[in-house]
Amino acid sequence: MSRIRETFAALKHLGRGGFIPFITAGHPDVATTELLLSELAAVGADIIELGVPFSDPVADGEVIQRASERALRNGVTLRDALTCIARARQNIDVPIVLFSYFNPLLKFGEDRLAEEAKRAGVDAVLVTDLTPEEAQTWTEKLIQRGLDPIFLVAPTTSDDRLAQIAKQARGFIYAVSRAGVTGARDQLTSDAAALVKRVRAVTDLPVAVGFGVSTAEQVREVWRFADAAVVGSAIVSQIEKLGGSPDLTNRVGDFARSLLA
Amino acid sequence: MQKSRITRSEPDEHGHWGKFGGRYVPETLVAPLEELTKEFMRAREDTKFWRELNQLLRDYAGRPTPLFHAQRLTAHAGGAQIYFKREDLLHTGAHKINNALGQALLARRMQKQRVIAETGAGQHGVATATVCALFGLRCVIYMGAEDVRRQALNVFRMRLLGAEVVTVNAGARTLKDAINEALRDWVTNVHDTYYLLGSALGPHPYPLIVREFQSVIGREAREQILSASGRLPRALIACVGGGSNSIGLFHTFIGDEQVRLIGVEAGGRGDLLGEHATRFHSSAASGGGRVGVLQGTMSYVLQDANGQIATTHSVSAGLDYSAIGPEHAFLHDTGRAEYISASDAEALEGFELCAKLEGIIPALETSHAIMPAIRLTRELPKDDAIILNLSGRGDKDVQLVADLQRR
Ligand SMILES: Cc1ncc(COP(=O)(O)O)c(C=O)c1O
Repeated sequence: MSRIRETFAALKHLGRGGFIPFITAGHPDVATTELLLSELAAVGADIIELGVPFSDPVADGEVIQRASERALRNGVTLRDALTCIARARQNIDVPIVLFSYFNPLLKFGEDRLAEEAKRAGVDAVLVTDLTPEEAQTWTEKLIQRGLDPIFLVAPTTSDDRLAQIAKQARGFIYAVSRAGVTGARDQLTSDAAALVKRVRAVTDLPVAVGFGVSTAEQVREVWRFADAAVVGSAIVSQIEKLGGSPDLTNRVGDFARSLLA
Repeated sequence: MQKSRITRSEPDEHGHWGKFGGRYVPETLVAPLEELTKEFMRAREDTKFWRELNQLLRDYAGRPTPLFHAQRLTAHAGGAQIYFKREDLLHTGAHKINNALGQALLARRMQKQRVIAETGAGQHGVATATVCALFGLRCVIYMGAEDVRRQALNVFRMRLLGAEVVTVNAGARTLKDAINEALRDWVTNVHDTYYLLGSALGPHPYPLIVREFQSVIGREAREQILSASGRLPRALIACVGGGSNSIGLFHTFIGDEQVRLIGVEAGGRGDLLGEHATRFHSSAASGGGRVGVLQGTMSYVLQDANGQIATTHSVSAGLDYSAIGPEHAFLHDTGRAEYISASDAEALEGFELCAKLEGIIPALETSHAIMPAIRLTRELPKDDAIILNLSGRGDKDVQLVADLQRR
């Protein structure tokens, strides 16, 4: 059984919702990212998403855009992200999802990436701009190496497509809470719950909800109808604010813990 | 891809020309792209749609545009006959209006009240603002800060036409960054917004839609050259930003194997990555010749060794873009079309020459095709002809050229 499936099985057994923080690799620097992976695991992350910085992140709002820019100015690459994960893996057991746009993966080489990601201890890969139609060979490559391909579904996704996507997906389904880019929002819309309900109708895979989830209250709200909540921009924004502060890691950890309160 | 003789260039049902094209977008955009594809396919079969579009092209935009025999430029070059396809004479001053009118009709069919677009040189922005005024639609144009600066006249025109112009400060602040912002707007406002993309790029169905609306250029030109010279031209030549004016001219001629199709990319000010927009560049240090995925489509994309998209440079905002439309990638790899480049300096030389010899001030984008056209005709017999797509007029560039001349 994949580590992600085990995680969701355990959550179900305990009757609680999952917590999936997202951070950008190399933001503010690679050494900190490595520490943050361990810290987030220690404060209760059930899965961690690590974003690969990209020059043209069309699905992202300003916070994650700035984090990507910062990382790229530091010269951070996909290889650095993998190295980070490989090092953190020596201390942590939590599943890690590599989160990327397609072009850096394509340039790296799809086979090579699948192989090296597996070796580094990655559990799953989510490619923001790769729809299942374009992802067939890619998905096979991941599955062959025991990596889970994760796909996004959105409120605009039709029921037919949901069923198709669920067929290609492994691990869990990532439901985008609303039409839009990543970034904190004051309120969750009813779109998210309605979407999760439609996903449940076509698959038994667990469903995580993200995009705009940024407070403890919203995390709890998501848990009422989904299996896990993804928090990205709110955490990345903390990292940005804390900048070069020496206790950045602990304070981001405190913030993450506060989301679980 | 094996070089092979092709006589057709049609994408499969998912918008692939060979491995190029397709739809690489966040999931939220798949549904609106499918909806757009369906509506476009329906409109394409609808004679009423074409009747209305053709009437607008004639009465509002000024089609057909003339095919002009540029005799003084021909004499200066001393080779084959040079003809200009005069897209610069269209309303708003460039070929962009052909596509803007077609897509505005699609937006209306789809009952979208709000239209967004990106623009580089500002010609597509002006064309979009114009059709929105004509149809009473709300209009928001995204434009990089660098382009807002160097194409200030067009920014003013867009605002006069009632559009909101949003300045984009990310990246190199040019066309690519404007497209990113437009895509983010669209993802957020899909329910009421139509994205009126301006070149033959982006996710399926845009490269196909834009080509279909621009191919009126080649259909007219083919008839016109046959009646002017009694035979097909030896070559067609056009500048290539995203690739809409060039594919618009080329499309009708793809089956005419004896007609060479030549696209001119922006050579900028040097061969190193970041100094040019030559996506098909063959040298290793240039970052050219690399297949990738940018803004929804697989094509040749200027990028670094880690797959980060490179910034580009061109004196002309409309050619200053890191990727090229997917159909061009296909025509390149199959060998059906040839791609060359012209530097900033050559473009300026062509700009001045065209003004002095023909009394036509071309856009800086268009100007890239002029010196290569002269070189080409010198290799051909005098009784052959070539057609250069005069894609736009240069009023927008006069201030910029004056500044460059003063330096
Ligand atoms: C006059 C003119 N020609 C050419 C272009 C380049 O675009 P494309 O390659 O889509 O024709 C532009 C773009 O702004 C333009 O304004």
